[in-house]
Amino acid sequence: MGTSSTALPGFWKRNQRTFAPWLFLAPGALMFLIYVILPVFQSVWISFHDWDGLGPKTWIGIGNYVELFSDDAFYTSLENNIIWLVLYLLAVPAGLAAALFLNQTVAGIRIYKSLFFFPFVISQVVVGLIFTWFYAPNFGLFSVLTEALTGTQIAVLADERLVTYGIIAAGLWPQIAYCMILYLTGLNNINSEQIEAGRMDGAKGWHLFWNIVLPQLRPATFIAVVVTVIGALRSFDLVSVMTAGGPYGSSRVLSYYMYEEALSEYGFRMGYGAAIAVVLFLIMMIFITFFLIRMLRQERNS
Amino acid sequence: MFPTPVQKSAPWVSTTYQIILPIALIIWLLPLIGVAVTSIRPSGDLAAGNYFGIPSGFAGVENYTAVFRDSPIGHYILNSFKITIPTVIGAVGLSCLCGFALAVYRFKGSLALFFIFVAGNFIPFQILMVPVRDMTLKMGLYDTVTGLVLFHVAFQTGFCTLFMRNFIKGLPFALIESARVEGVSEWRIFVHIVLPLMRPAIAALSVLIFTFVWNDYFWATVLVQGQSAMPVTAGLNSLNGQWVAAWHLVSAGSIVAAMPPVLMFFFMQRHFIAGLTLGATKG
Repeated sequence: MGTSSTALPGFWKRNQRTFAPWLFLAPGALMFLIYVILPVFQSVWISFHDWDGLGPKTWIGIGNYVELFSDDAFYTSLENNIIWLVLYLLAVPAGLAAALFLNQTVAGIRIYKSLFFFPFVISQVVVGLIFTWFYAPNFGLFSVLTEALTGTQIAVLADERLVTYGIIAAGLWPQIAYCMILYLTGLNNINSEQIEAGRMDGAKGWHLFWNIVLPQLRPATFIAVVVTVIGALRSFDLVSVMTAGGPYGSSRVLSYYMYEEALSEYGFRMGYGAAIAVVLFLIMMIFITFFLIRMLRQERNS
Repeated sequence: MFPTPVQKSAPWVSTTYQIILPIALIIWLLPLIGVAVTSIRPSGDLAAGNYFGIPSGFAGVENYTAVFRDSPIGHYILNSFKITIPTVIGAVGLSCLCGFALAVYRFKGSLALFFIFVAGNFIPFQILMVPVRDMTLKMGLYDTVTGLVLFHVAFQTGFCTLFMRNFIKGLPFALIESARVEGVSEWRIFVHIVLPLMRPAIAALSVLIFTFVWNDYFWATVLVQGQSAMPVTAGLNSLNGQWVAAWHLVSAGSIVAAMPPVLMFFFMQRHFIAGLTLGATKG
């Protein structure tokens, strides 16, 4: 920007503040446009085609969507996504409980807090491997424990009815840690005068928590719910690492099913995969819109 | 403070709390502790069915050397660094510029642009997968570190811009105004006034993006095929298929793969959490 000022010094000086924001934005916005914004529209476009990823695309209109709505695997994935969504939200109260438990000032508490947060820092691939080992038949800690308690082993990841719950449990581990950190920060920032005033008025325990503390934690709760919902709908790594959708596709979720259709040995059905992705995107948009509306309100207030 | 500090409670409450604390931690980290112990377990223990008992010896050196010697994990780790470091520099750099533009200037569409960056963060990766893979193939960048870096930079710029913009909004605007009155150019305002004040934000984002990108698995499977550009997450998963039942090796590999972000977190904890909890306290 400094060089252009020699050519047209007067013009640049006068209009600098009009052009500056666009010049600052250009590189980042361009990258974001090419890699994030345009692909969304391209995916929608591709979803109306039959395409193997190499040859020409054949327009089939809503053909992929019609097929989708009579596809059992799609419904299994959708159902699993809903189970994920509901159970994953347990991370929010669990994270709050963990934060309340750790919100003390005793010796070494900082180290405890960071060690509790540990699972979130680790890759989901590693978390997936750890839990696969945890559930492994014959020697996994979980199998050993269930055998000791019930007399029979439960091979979670091989059981069609249990597999999704087993994977969700693995996902909850880091997610609870994340929510815990959000709440610890929130607890750090609550107004202690209000707490003291509440205590003076005789509010205690549950009553104090519900009426005075929890309302002040609302921003933390909001963020925790948003990241948890998005995390649940995005779940891919754990499914891929722990079961690859199995047994018999019973642990598939939309994100994994899409990947499978578009990029697996069963064939490169890019159009069909894109259609699944569009459905997932639309579901996610409901939550993203809520988030944006709230942000907009905040912006207007500030 | 809530809940009531344990120091103010009866002595038995305080004592109980101090006893429960380490027990809770051990239960919470049990899967991880199990893996750490397994990673130093001699392979003979596994054959003999000693999965949980005290390891019969310390085979840490042996297992970790075996992982590096018999598998390309060293190569995968190097790839992960080659992908992660340029991504951090690129995304943080671009978002400093974007965040500055969106925070300091009032222009038509600035809020809409900001919201597009924010929304982009939350979309499912699958909606980008087919076009991004296709584009990467056409650019000849499929199965290369560069291909992954370009995507990660672009995607992470969304989150980083959200962060930077909010951070710059919180800076004293009078500083910028007075510089303008003195005729300082916009670029120099950015470089000499705003950028130095952004150090904490840059640190926070750098550790966070490092962790996010290091831990990425999805794009590593979509944009990479062979070993040449594969990062450690995808590499570890493929090794898991080869090391059937060699849990001491899988465990050692997992620990190796998890180490860099864990160390990053430990040394930059304050920044890491500041980045993560942005927006959780206000609004």
